[in-house]
Amino acid sequence: MKTYEQINDRISSGKAVVLTADEIMDYVDKKGLAAAAQEVDVVTTATFGPMCSSGCFLNFGHSKPKIRISEAWVQDVLVYSGVAAVDVYLGATQLRHGDPANMYYPGEFRYGGGHVIEDLVAGKSLQLFALSYGTDCYPLRELRTYFTIKDLNQAIMVNPRNCYQNYNVAINRSDRTIYTYMGRLEPNMKNANYCSAGQLSPLLNDPLYETIGVGTRVWLAGAQGHVYAEGTQHAGLCERTADGIPTGGAGTLALTADMKQMRAEFVRGVSLRGYGVSLALGVGVPIPILNERILKYTCVRDRDIPAPLIDYGSDYPQNTGKVIARTNYEELRRGEITIGGKTVEVGSLSSYYKALEIANLLADEIRRGDFLLAQPSAPLRADTKMKPLVRREPS
Amino acid sequence: MEMITQKLMFYFPKCECEKPIIYHLVKDHGLIVNVFRAKVTPEEEGYLVLDVTGTPEQIQSGIDFVKTFRVTVNYSGKGVTWEEQRCTHCGYCVPYCPTEALRLDNPATRRVIFDESKCIECLACIRVCPFGACASVF
Repeated sequence: MKTYEQINDRISSGKAVVLTADEIMDYVDKKGLAAAAQEVDVVTTATFGPMCSSGCFLNFGHSKPKIRISEAWVQDVLVYSGVAAVDVYLGATQLRHGDPANMYYPGEFRYGGGHVIEDLVAGKSLQLFALSYGTDCYPLRELRTYFTIKDLNQAIMVNPRNCYQNYNVAINRSDRTIYTYMGRLEPNMKNANYCSAGQLSPLLNDPLYETIGVGTRVWLAGAQGHVYAEGTQHAGLCERTADGIPTGGAGTLALTADMKQMRAEFVRGVSLRGYGVSLALGVGVPIPILNERILKYTCVRDRDIPAPLIDYGSDYPQNTGKVIARTNYEELRRGEITIGGKTVEVGSLSSYYKALEIANLLADEIRRGDFLLAQPSAPLRADTKMKPLVRREPS
Repeated sequence: MEMITQKLMFYFPKCECEKPIIYHLVKDHGLIVNVFRAKVTPEEEGYLVLDVTGTPEQIQSGIDFVKTFRVTVNYSGKGVTWEEQRCTHCGYCVPYCPTEALRLDNPATRRVIFDESKCIECLACIRVCPFGACASVF
């Protein structure tokens, strides 16, 4: 048994033993669970992939004369300005003004909110265009100017939902090609796409939320941020394997961090043909090895993680909840799976390569004593389900 | 004599497009030609990406012939480029690439590599890459 304080003391003194979630299984197989739990302080987990529920608050500071922004665009991408005078929220999936979207199907969606966020973190000069109705205290009615992230008072990423614990594998049983947020899916189950770091993914290494909770310090695109709440659609109460691994979606994290500390290579705009724009993000989460049980959870392997196949040609859009087959991440990573005797090619939208890089970067920061663990102030709930939207008549 | 295959890209400046260059490569220089992709429009610049198979001497004489038309010959045949800095190695492109030019080099690290010599320039990767890592020079 170890405490957060003991682990942080070892990190501060540069003595912490840190392994990635990719290395820990073989280490535990070799050393045995009890000895490894004594020895190892932290296991680092990570993921890199599109996370649509992401965005950031920007504060521009006040111009002369002042403006109370009522509508605004950054690089022609609409930002939300229904907050204080010069605060805006820039969302990852917002399209650029004038984007034809899917008018000429499948649309290209070359640039949008996610790309603005990438350019902002990369230090590029961006255009702000803002309008106002004018008030006595904020008389300016129109503003066009250029800024970089250095000019902003704050650029704070605030993501309502990241790091889905487990996720669907998308396949298409219809007879036409479809374009989804899970990529292009060829007709008649020709291919399937998944989007998870599997055995490296944060919440799959702490399936019952024993260490990851509200207040946990995380590595968000190179910056030290934290979990500020359970993510939207968090549903801890779900079907699980005997080892506690959810058989579908389940838990999510709401994350925040200072974008001025981020690295552009881990904040990447995404264009999904026929679907829209998004943001791919790199997230690393350290798991303190407080006891043997927590260590055992981090030893999860791709073969232990169930992956539900969902038909995005019909069942997903119609919200039937039907799972057409189940596979696991070991099979998915082989590049093809067999469904009812048919061989299906498999691709990934999540980068294991980048996730591995992040797990190693975080491990190095902890070993150097630069990243201390934060004990959660509240756990993630394990007793809630995800509710559907019921369409009602006016009462 | 040993036969070799070489991938080439021809760049045609304006107005050099009307001559039957491919016909002469086959007929006069004895080359087996496999055109991957061509954009040759009268009055505009043009591009041609192709494999030529023949003896080294035949290939050289064919290239010398082509060069008499002010055509620029690019020996790497790079009509499609892959920018490693933009690639996140997600592997989404891999199943869409019909020749395994884009593939994972190691099942443990899952790093994506681009083997230019296998690329037939179908442009599938350009259409699917969410990060704009693949591009066409024309």
